Amino acid sequence: MFLARVTGRLVATISYPGLDGVPLQWIQPLDEDGQPCGPQLVACAAIGSGPGDLVHFVDGREAAVALEETYVPVDATIIGYVEQVQRADATAWVEAQP
Amino acid sequence: MILAEVIGTVVSPVQIPVLDGRKLLLLKPVTPSGAPAGQARIGIDTIGAGMGDRVLVIQEGNSSRQILQEPKGAVKTVIVGFVDEVEMGGEIVYDHANS
Repeated sequence: MFLARVTGRLVATISYPGLDGVPLQWIQPLDEDGQPCGPQLVACAAIGSGPGDLVHFVDGREAAVALEETYVPVDATIIGYVEQVQRADATAWVEAQP
Repeated sequence: MILAEVIGTVVSPVQIPVLDGRKLLLLKPVTPSGAPAGQARIGIDTIGAGMGDRVLVIQEGNSSRQILQEPKGAVKTVIVGFVDEVEMGGEIVYDHANS
């Protein structure tokens, strides 16, 4: 489970049965400071997230478990919004476009 | 399982139901001696861990579902242990009491 920022949407006109209607979104994984970390990837959305949102996602087999149809070929799914990340040094960064 | 340090808390107002009411912590994987070792991740707390604690973390779905007793939960990263001491090659490289 990792932090990410939704950066865009993606439309696949033909997708595997069971993935019909599942939103696909571009996400940029983030590090603990909210900075981009690694390449962007495409994730399914189990919540109503959209571009600009700060979210967390799960990867691997659990990505499919988070969806309504759980036997589908996906490897990343957005599972929640992130409102705030509070750090040990009392700094906090919150939901806002960087 | 990996060793990680708790470096923050994560507030998530809207999420999949399995996560409702669970404490999410920001974790930084570390080496036995405490050096950073990989991308920060979010873990579900089951032991009452707090900021700065060194913890043991599983990153596997079936084990996570078993621990949380959520047979259909999309969960993967769960904090399962509190680390008191780490020994490497006969030497104590981390001691919670002296950290």
